[in-house]
Amino acid sequence: MNKPIRTVSIFCLLLFLALALNATYLQYYHANALNDRVGNGRVATATFSRERGAIMVGRTAIADSVKSHDQYKVQRVYRQPYLYAPITGWYTFGNETGVERAQNNFLSGEDDRLFVNRLVDLVNGNATKGGNVVLTINPAAQRAAYNGLRALGPDVQGAVVAIEPSTGKILAMVSLPSYDPNKLADHNFKKASAYATQLSKLKSQPLLNRAIQTTLAPGSTFKVVTASAAVGTGRYNSDTLVQAGPTYTLPQSHSVVHNDVLSGCDSPRIPLIQALEFSCNTAFAPLAVKVGATAMHRQAEEYGFNRSYLDPDQLPGQAVSRYPAGEDAPNTALSGFGQDSVTATPLQMAMVTAGIADHGVVMKPYLIDSLQSPTSFETLQKFSPAQLSQATSSSTAGEITRMMVATVQSGTATPAAIPGIQVAGKTGTAQSGLHNPDGTEVPPYAWFIGFAPAQSAKVAVAVMIQHVNQPTDEIHGGTLGGPIAKAVMEAVLNSHG
Amino acid sequence: MAQQSGALMQFVHRRRRGAELFLLILALVVGVGAYAAVGLGVKGKVPADIVSYGGWLAVLVIAAHIAVRMVAPYADPVLLPIVAALNGLGLAVIHRIDLARGNQLARQQLVWMTIGVALFVGTLLILRDHRVLQRFTYTSGLAAIVLLLMPMAPGIGKTVNGARIWIHVGSMSFQPGEVAKVLLVVTFAGYLVLHRDALALAGRRVAMIDLPRGRDLGPILAMWVVSLGILVFQHDLGSSLLFFGLFLIMLYVATERAGWLVVGATLFVVGSYLTYVFIGHVRERFQLWSDVWAHYGPHTDDLGRQSVETMFGMAWGGLIGRGLGQGAPWRIPFAESDFIFGAIGEELGLTGSLAVILLYGLIVERALRAALISRDDIGKLLATGLGGTLALQVFVVIGGVTHLIPLTGLTTPFLSYGGSSLVANWVIVAILLRISDAARRPLPDLSLPDDADMDETQVVKLT
Repeated sequence: MNKPIRTVSIFCLLLFLALALNATYLQYYHANALNDRVGNGRVATATFSRERGAIMVGRTAIADSVKSHDQYKVQRVYRQPYLYAPITGWYTFGNETGVERAQNNFLSGEDDRLFVNRLVDLVNGNATKGGNVVLTINPAAQRAAYNGLRALGPDVQGAVVAIEPSTGKILAMVSLPSYDPNKLADHNFKKASAYATQLSKLKSQPLLNRAIQTTLAPGSTFKVVTASAAVGTGRYNSDTLVQAGPTYTLPQSHSVVHNDVLSGCDSPRIPLIQALEFSCNTAFAPLAVKVGATAMHRQAEEYGFNRSYLDPDQLPGQAVSRYPAGEDAPNTALSGFGQDSVTATPLQMAMVTAGIADHGVVMKPYLIDSLQSPTSFETLQKFSPAQLSQATSSSTAGEITRMMVATVQSGTATPAAIPGIQVAGKTGTAQSGLHNPDGTEVPPYAWFIGFAPAQSAKVAVAVMIQHVNQPTDEIHGGTLGGPIAKAVMEAVLNSHG
Repeated sequence: MAQQSGALMQFVHRRRRGAELFLLILALVVGVGAYAAVGLGVKGKVPADIVSYGGWLAVLVIAAHIAVRMVAPYADPVLLPIVAALNGLGLAVIHRIDLARGNQLARQQLVWMTIGVALFVGTLLILRDHRVLQRFTYTSGLAAIVLLLMPMAPGIGKTVNGARIWIHVGSMSFQPGEVAKVLLVVTFAGYLVLHRDALALAGRRVAMIDLPRGRDLGPILAMWVVSLGILVFQHDLGSSLLFFGLFLIMLYVATERAGWLVVGATLFVVGSYLTYVFIGHVRERFQLWSDVWAHYGPHTDDLGRQSVETMFGMAWGGLIGRGLGQGAPWRIPFAESDFIFGAIGEELGLTGSLAVILLYGLIVERALRAALISRDDIGKLLATGLGGTLALQVFVVIGGVTHLIPLTGLTTPFLSYGGSSLVANWVIVAILLRISDAARRPLPDLSLPDDADMDETQVVKLT
């Protein structure tokens, strides 16, 4: 019987060999592929337990990871939660938003640019650490914008965006109401998701980053685009007389356009500069019709309308501002003062402002200044400015600037004036066009855009107030938005000194 | 010439009990060390009961060793240490899963191990000669059939995870199939020893292979039907494969006819095809195996979770593992029983998995070695059968867990949580030791006294 027993031995040997080979395949050859598979909870947990890099403003960390005494070993902490939540977003198991999402690979340490660091960590037996992300934010401007909006009352809904015109760096980005990302990053996932549900049910939508995700009628601030298109045709300058008057009847219609301001627009013909100073709807509506739908549309797109320009590796979730193509005459007239189908995010209006401030060149906005190595804070990548478009000529931009300076000096935008510095600005009070369930009209949105110093601008800012607990007739872009824009500009100018 | 061959024939195996004791101490180091490592890995400190736990493990192992020393002094010295190491490692891993899930299964398993060792000692003491097992050929066959049918009996039988292979009496539960496995080996061995000559008669010769005669096909067909019955009525794919494979191996060894393998393989293929077509349970298992990724994660039936989590765990373990207590084996459903190999792969890495596979390989190798040197047919068949069941069972369960073959559901011998399996396997080891003791024992001294006249007296036959 020994011969078959030997055969059986060989058969058993083959069985065990197959098991050994299969184990080797799973645990060695195929291991990386399995680890990379979506839905691998172990790898996700390990990533979540890794010391994530910090999000920095200047040399201050606004989000970093600290040791925790639970299964995951590290806890994400947001140092100035409400101030920076719309930018940082939050980081929790299997989900992240804001910059946490935009630079997730780098923050978690998986990015190729951190390969050498990972190797060194491996050799030294240290746990892999994520790299640090440095923002372009100017902390003083951010704080000024936040405080300014908050001062309007507890129920305020609005946003502020400030841009460095020559580079496109985002210096401030505030959205209210805000939330506490620390509570969303809580390792008690039940508690965190209860908070998330609570936030998402609020009518004020605190999870929305209004600076880039809310598109509203820009109202009169859009008149600078109309003016830019008009001057760009070569047929207008700031002194050209344009049609005005107390009312304007829309073409092919009986609808009548009025002015918000009682004086300054009533003469049948006024200089363009005066039309902007007093924000005459009755002047800009016919002006847009004269410029034409095509030119208006082209000009709006050159400033960034109908486009995505905030890269997902900067900040995800950008809403596109709209200026529809092929509008008919009445709609084009309405678009001339930023009503009807024109919608813009605060970021978009800040870019319009920055484009005029930067002599007609619109820079691509960016929020992340550089990426640094985990422990030595050595810069591994610096983001460089890039031009988005040449929206208009330098001379046209100069004409618009002249008109906007006048608006601050003697027009509707005086609340933004800074003593000793030339400030350019434009107000907007946009009709919402919406009605509450009880039939009353939703109060208007207050806008303000501006830049300073007018000749070599260091900062361009857009303020948008979507909702504020004040009587409708007291909501004006100048009185509400002007002081906030002024505070932000001052903060930037002072920190540059 | 005569003297030389005489010297060869009188080759005497050494007892090697000292070597066994040394290896047993190593096995204890594995078991107790793993238990301590689990405590360190999970809680950062050595478990408080390490002395009593280690002490009890040592008492069990030493008791087994003393029994072997007393009643089976020539038994194979490697088997007991391997089994002790595997059992100790299994206990530590079950304890590790307990800590994650808040169970107390390791404690129960230690009780089962105690019973197992007691039965091991009892078997060695009572069964002084394995040849007496031949007397129980039909008794144990009948007992095996009764045991296999017990889960079908209303009142005590119970369906667990889709398979009706459990019996419950009071709070005790038991898988009779594990015990039936041992009894079936005894039955087959006894039967084949008697009928091997008839079964070995050649029938037609096809392609260099002598096929058996048609009239001898009765037993194998009966076994085939029984295996299919287990599959159809109890949904137990693993045991079905195991019993049929076992019978085939023993039949082949007994008859030395490769023809039986051809017949068996044909029956296996036919059976597999029939069950695939007609039995939904089998088809499900196969489809789960062929495309497990379609059965994992949200928006699926998630039936593949245990396989996928095992693969993820083993990949996560990599070459050297996460370290005991530092992986996430609780993610694998049934990590303490059927899927314990996945937990070992995750926390001890490829190194650990290969070591475990190697230990099983060694058990089988020692069993087949005992079969080779055994001096009687019943010993050869018993040892081959017991070694073969272990090899098949390990292949089916580890292969299933590691996604090499479709998942069937058997326990991993000595490692998995489960009393019936552990106890039955300790008895198997006792029988193997008994056979190897008989095989390695020196022959009775048949030579004549020195003053005898060598020219006139010759030894004609030694055995």
